[in-house]
Amino acid sequence: MSVTILYQAHPPHPSAAVTEGEDLWVPTSELPVASGWELRPEGACRGDVCVPIPRDRRGEFLREGPARFNLAALARLLGEPVIHEDVHGVWSFGESAAARRSGTPSLQAPDFALPDLAGHVHRLAEYRGRKVFLVFWASW
Amino acid sequence: MWYALHGELAGQRFTCIAIALDSGGPAKTEQWIRAAKPTYPCLIDERHLTAELYGVVNVPMGVWIDETGRIVRPAETAATSDAFRRHLDRTTKQMSAEGLAERERVRAAYLSALRDWAARGPASPYALSEEQARQRLPVSSEAHARAAASFRLGQYLSSRGHGQAAAPFLADARRLHPESWSYRRQTWELEEPGKAGSAEFWAAVDALGDRPYYPPARLSR
Repeated sequence: MSVTILYQAHPPHPSAAVTEGEDLWVPTSELPVASGWELRPEGACRGDVCVPIPRDRRGEFLREGPARFNLAALARLLGEPVIHEDVHGVWSFGESAAARRSGTPSLQAPDFALPDLAGHVHRLAEYRGRKVFLVFWASW
Repeated sequence: MWYALHGELAGQRFTCIAIALDSGGPAKTEQWIRAAKPTYPCLIDERHLTAELYGVVNVPMGVWIDETGRIVRPAETAATSDAFRRHLDRTTKQMSAEGLAERERVRAAYLSALRDWAARGPASPYALSEEQARQRLPVSSEAHARAAASFRLGQYLSSRGHGQAAAPFLADARRLHPESWSYRRQTWELEEPGKAGSAEFWAAVDALGDRPYYPPARLSR
């Protein structure tokens, strides 16, 4: 059965990942599209952040033939929540709360990318240089 | 309301960005957006991603961000109050004169503060210092982080027509982040259209007792 990966803000990704209990073995070729992570000699990297794979626990994270990476194990290592529903095969990966609680919390407004009614995507970063008033509303 | 303000302040390098925390997507938000005839971006956040990013737990709430991208007022109630709890007739949906007056007073105070900041930037008393802003940043927790992941899973399943499968994950979002009225009302709406404004909603509001539904924005310095 195909697995659907919901990785943080990434759009839903239909995946050839294999599930084993709390582990999700994602083909390494799919990793960047599904999650933004990619494997390099330094470990699992996203942007300019690299997470070394614990040397004595490589088997928990990596498999060969075909090459797969346990995205759930990485999430647990980073303190990120993983929730899955097994009838429809959907895995949801969240952000870590710890990242936002450490030391002096940042006042930099986090960037986002959202569509308008026409489907045109806007990023907050496009509005740098203007004062921005974000107002949240809903139909409910 | 925001349309007029944006027009008024556009010359001062100010922009409104409206974000609908709405899993109903364009179908549910279109009529409101078109009615507003906005000249500013009206964005649709079906997965409530920005609620998680900014600690938004209800609507309407506002966040002020300066030209450098720094938050000068973290998420707070925007231009409304708990007047509806005391002054709204739940059957006729009419607000008493006293309620209307209070609502107008709160709205005018918030808009006045926003105008002041748009005109004066950091010189405005309403632009919080870094220390003050930091103190008011919403605090996240592991439970909140898990609530968000659970909400997204439930919302996805719901969007695919798997309402029964979605139900426990939507319920978990409410359970893990009980202060979030946006999760509560959105998940109720996904479970049963109209439920967000039902008797169950009013019971939950009444259960607050003395605690606010809309904590007032603390505008005085």
